[in-house]
Amino acid sequence: MIQAGETLDVEKGEPILVMKDLGKSYQLGSHELKVLRDINLTIHRGEYVAIMGPSGSGKSTLLNMIGCLDRPTYGDYLLGGQSVATLDDDELSMIRGARIGFVFQSFNLIAQLNVVENIEIPMYYQGTGEAESKTRAVELATMVGLDHRLDHRPYELSGGQQQRVAIARALSNDPLIILADEPTGNLDSSSGSDILDILDRLHGEGKTLIVVTHDEQIAANAGRVIRLFDGYIDKEEINKR
Amino acid sequence: MFTFRLKRTVKLGVKSLWMHRLRSTLTALGMIFGVSSVIAMLAIGEGASQDAQDKIAQLGSNNIIVKTAKPVEDQSSMGQQETLKEYGLTYDDAERFRNAIPGVQIIVPNRRLSQQAAYRQRRVSIEVIGTVPWFPEISSVKLKYGRFLSITDMKYKQGVCVVDEKVVKDLFAFDDPLGQDVKIQGDYYRVVGIASEQSATPDSADMKEDKVKSKKGAAKAGGIYIPLTTVKDRFGELTLQMSAGSGRTMERVELQEIVVQVDQLEQLLSTRQSVQTLLARFHKKTDYEIVVPYELMRQAKDFQRIFTIVLGSIAAISLLVGGIGIMNIMMATVSERTREIGVRRALGAKKRDIVIQFLSETLLLTLSGGILGIVLGVGIPFAVTRFGQTRTIVTPGSLILAFGISVAVGITFGLYPAYRAANMDPIESLRHE
Repeated sequence: MIQAGETLDVEKGEPILVMKDLGKSYQLGSHELKVLRDINLTIHRGEYVAIMGPSGSGKSTLLNMIGCLDRPTYGDYLLGGQSVATLDDDELSMIRGARIGFVFQSFNLIAQLNVVENIEIPMYYQGTGEAESKTRAVELATMVGLDHRLDHRPYELSGGQQQRVAIARALSNDPLIILADEPTGNLDSSSGSDILDILDRLHGEGKTLIVVTHDEQIAANAGRVIRLFDGYIDKEEINKR
Repeated sequence: MFTFRLKRTVKLGVKSLWMHRLRSTLTALGMIFGVSSVIAMLAIGEGASQDAQDKIAQLGSNNIIVKTAKPVEDQSSMGQQETLKEYGLTYDDAERFRNAIPGVQIIVPNRRLSQQAAYRQRRVSIEVIGTVPWFPEISSVKLKYGRFLSITDMKYKQGVCVVDEKVVKDLFAFDDPLGQDVKIQGDYYRVVGIASEQSATPDSADMKEDKVKSKKGAAKAGGIYIPLTTVKDRFGELTLQMSAGSGRTMERVELQEIVVQVDQLEQLLSTRQSVQTLLARFHKKTDYEIVVPYELMRQAKDFQRIFTIVLGSIAAISLLVGGIGIMNIMMATVSERTREIGVRRALGAKKRDIVIQFLSETLLLTLSGGILGIVLGVGIPFAVTRFGQTRTIVTPGSLILAFGISVAVGITFGLYPAYRAANMDPIESLRHE
């Protein structure tokens, strides 16, 4: 079982995500639909990776796989040195909460909770104490520049502000990976670039970022771009900075 | 940690329910009405039953009351212009009870007549009760002032009387009745005592058959107690009755009532049997009836039990309906909040966490409904007692029952929606619009 805040023996530059010959297929009647085939992927600590590809290329499935929302049909997936493929539902929930920070395209804040309470959710499920979780939530809200909106509810915030809350929420358990799915997809260009700035800053602080996107602009920010096509890794590009 | 979790869960539940105030209120209404009607109905039922039991107890649980009842008309006496009908209990009956039945402690023969009583300019309808000095021993009627009738009064057929508080109120207004003279059918009776009001007997309608009923009817007449011997002497035993169909009828009744009291409760049934046998031997027609308050009490208790079962079933059905309503709303809530469930799952919530979240939301709904229902359910009997002059009793048991039921309904009807929520596929839920 993984505990919150557990430090793993993964030095910067060490691989923290390893996929070996991983594949995923769905049974549609008698026909087997192969969504991912023979994925071999290693992501190192501190990397900023963009995953790109046209619709139907298996991007979402790969994202779900990385986020431990789905299990591979074959192959192996090691997250922080631990094999995920064989874990049960509760263990997957714990891993998601502790090691993955999700940022969604449509923010996905809980409507009935305010900013601080939204940021606290992942900590709550990891069993963090009341005082500690509150302090950390306020700290994170301040970090993303929302210290004047602590008790606002999502509908009182702009899209950009909501996405900043979502990023603060993703950071609350100090995860191994921040996994963002089209983080600027629902934002205008100005708030979008604010979000990208925050992601850049996090990368600068040594966080590992994986961003799934259509947007070449975002891909250009990333250190490495992985292009999927028809369930395969088609190309890998290293962006020189 | 646990208290923090509990606090968080409750807070989240309240916030989620508050988001849909109207919906939550309407859903809780099912519980509120269910629970309050259970409590109110049980309270009213309990009050009525207690009332009946108290009235019966006032008649005396060791008493056997034998009453004169007008027998069913004979064919032979029909159509005659003028008849004299003799029926009912006699002085001989009272004598026989005393001599022939063992274990009988007290026998009180009563003669009851409806009359007008006058004092100064005032006249009221009253009931004359010709009785014996030991009447108070078998009755709930208690002497308040002065003295009751004495052996000497009996022996010398004295013109004295004891009036009850109703008569005091109706007839004397502000005067002190003690020592005053009341006029009944041309004779004067000196008031020697004041007694409490008499309680109505359960089937008093039968008893008043031979009385002149006042136009108001329902209002119970006050009672004036006069020595039995005096009544016999001055009023005689004949009553004239005019009836439309058969012309004039003369009735002759000696005693309206004989109350037999036994020493021990165990003797009650055997004594009743003896009374019945004795009466059957000496009366050709069934011109009497035997009332045993103790048996009435047992019947009242049986009735109460059936009443409780019926009410319980009605309540169970109404709560079932309320519970189904709650389940329905929770199903809608769960499907509406699919996205939220997906997000929570992605952020580390286990299935168990989701079950707890939705189950506690349902419980909050039923519990708040239950508590409001209890408040309303206690309020209704209070109002009924206050404005309806009906006795009600809210028993702690019914409150606990109602509370327990609302918890049980919450768990029963909350579990399925909660499990459905927990078993949603996180990926599908996240994609849900």
